Amino acid sequence: MNLRRLVAIAYKETLQIWRDPRSLAIALLMPVMQMGLLGYGVSLDIKHVPLCVYDQEQSSLSRQIVDSFTAAQWFRTVAVLGTDRELRAAMDHGSCTAALVIPVGFTRTLFTTGRAELQTVFDATDTNTANVATGYAQGIVAQLDATLNARWQAAHAVSASAAGTVNLSPRVWFNEGLDSRNFIVPGVVAIILALVGSQLTSLTVSREWERGTMEQLISTPVTALELMFGKMTPYFAIGLLDAAFCLAVAAFWFEVPFRGSLFALIVTTALFALVVMGLGYLLSVRIHSQLGASQIALMLTMLPTTMLSGYTFPLDQMPRAVQAVSLIVPARYYVAILRAVFLKGSSLWEMAVPIAALVIYAGLIIRAAARAFRKSLD
Amino acid sequence: MSDGAPVVHARGLSKRFGDFTAVDRLDLDIAKGEVVGFIGPNGAGKSTTIRMLCGLLRPSAGEAIVAGFDVARQPEAVRAHIGYMSQKFSLYADLTVAENLRFFGGIYRVPREELAARMRFAVTMAGLEGRETALVRTLAGGWKQRLALGCAILHRPPVLFLDEPTSGVEPKARRRFWDLINSLAADGVTILVSTHYMDEAEYCNRIVLIDGGRLVAAGSPTELRKHDLGGALFEMESATLGAALTVLRAAPGVVEAAIFGDRLHVLLAPAADPAALAPLLAARGIAAGPPMPITPSLEDVFVRLVSRHRAPEAA
Repeated sequence: MNLRRLVAIAYKETLQIWRDPRSLAIALLMPVMQMGLLGYGVSLDIKHVPLCVYDQEQSSLSRQIVDSFTAAQWFRTVAVLGTDRELRAAMDHGSCTAALVIPVGFTRTLFTTGRAELQTVFDATDTNTANVATGYAQGIVAQLDATLNARWQAAHAVSASAAGTVNLSPRVWFNEGLDSRNFIVPGVVAIILALVGSQLTSLTVSREWERGTMEQLISTPVTALELMFGKMTPYFAIGLLDAAFCLAVAAFWFEVPFRGSLFALIVTTALFALVVMGLGYLLSVRIHSQLGASQIALMLTMLPTTMLSGYTFPLDQMPRAVQAVSLIVPARYYVAILRAVFLKGSSLWEMAVPIAALVIYAGLIIRAAARAFRKSLD
Repeated sequence: MSDGAPVVHARGLSKRFGDFTAVDRLDLDIAKGEVVGFIGPNGAGKSTTIRMLCGLLRPSAGEAIVAGFDVARQPEAVRAHIGYMSQKFSLYADLTVAENLRFFGGIYRVPREELAARMRFAVTMAGLEGRETALVRTLAGGWKQRLALGCAILHRPPVLFLDEPTSGVEPKARRRFWDLINSLAADGVTILVSTHYMDEAEYCNRIVLIDGGRLVAAGSPTELRKHDLGGALFEMESATLGAALTVLRAAPGVVEAAIFGDRLHVLLAPAADPAALAPLLAARGIAAGPPMPITPSLEDVFVRLVSRHRAPEAA
């Protein structure tokens, strides 16, 4: 492999990217758009759940409870009800997804027995929303619980150490800090890198076949490796730039906590970029049409990375066969790595398994791409 | 390589694509510094042959040695010693003149200290001074072709393969291109150039005429022009060329008739009477001038050779 030729190809390719609006758009606009779309659009967080309030007691405490439900953005009061029948109708019509029922005598029961019940009703036709809303309600109640507990202690002059014995209701663990966005956004970065990376390189060789420039190029002493590394170099730089942009947006805009090392992030990102770009390049070498190569690159990255990378759909809840298939999806390893680096602050060593998987992947794909290129018109 | 050995040497060179034989047992020898014109109708196998000699297509049978290297066994060594211009323009249209030259200079590893001088030479040769920063897509056909030639000779290859380099180029630019080819040959470069412009055959030292993948004739223009057509050649004018051609082809004594530009060329058997042609046409209501005896051009010879090659029993 000759460096001079490699540089000549890399430089030529850079000029062509710069002058080709299509490549530039894919390289620069796609990540911005997708980061916005996927970062915001695909959020498991549910806000402003329509809530019906049936306050049978109408006391100061009951009003305080209603306020605490609507104070956060989780619930939004859409109707105030007066009878059981109205409650039933509201749920039937779907005008509210959740209902809060405060029974008569709630305050008295609470302060005499130390235990009282609030009723919440959820429309579980959309199980996900119902689940999430249940979580929110439990969290709100838990907070309320703590407040009332403190008040109870003050009123009965019980020492702080004895407070634990007076519980209003079972404590519900609700991690308000656990934003599903923290879980999703790192995965979004993986998807964008997979899509953009494979798209970019899928055009590079097929374009030369399509335009007829390949015939000239293969009449020269250029080698398959020089061509591959020369062509991949500028795209690799663009891919890393895109990744840096997406990761920065994840950390600073979506405020996903970053607990790992930047070094580990860069190494693993470069590795994944090599895998997806190698895949695009391989397709470009095998399929002599730009459209064909980019379509297949899209097919091979879009579905597997969204469905089988575990980015939103947890892999451990999938059937065994599907889980097995997901093992050949490289994005799966990168998603795991990103989550580990961002949320757990894992070191390279702790991520040895997914890193090894990516290394093997990169090796196989680069080898296949280098071998697939034929300097022949046959 | 000794001085006497041919720079391009092919024996029994063949290429089959499935059932179709594009090149059929072709023998070819080109000496150093020779300009050989590769002539033949479309689909004759010119491009396929050139591509095999460049190592771009693998011969189905036979062998070819280019610049001392076997095209099938040492294609990389062949590529390092040749310059190639494909039939379709294949430089980068979205790069400038200078960027294309620099790219191929890098690919061919032209010594850095010489690159600037060679690029300047190529630009001057192509007449592209002052256009170095123009995108190639904005150039006219003749300029593009000369730039392509410039890129193909940056590494000073001893052998050049030019596949229809002048197709679609206006006559004046074609003339200029041939001057370049001849000056390169004068410097000792061996050149095989295909063309479908018969008049360009005159610029070559030697002509190789092929049809249907097989060698029809080879020789210098002078030798080929002396070729016995097997009759006397006449030229006729007519306003209705097509109709006249049909009548003439069926006329007694006519060996062959063909349209040449805006005239008809009629080859008559030695015993036939040219004066009999005009009445024959007049009887069909076709106005035509009298047949004028002419000296056969190279093109007449090619047409005759090809038709004789296609139907040997009729000739």
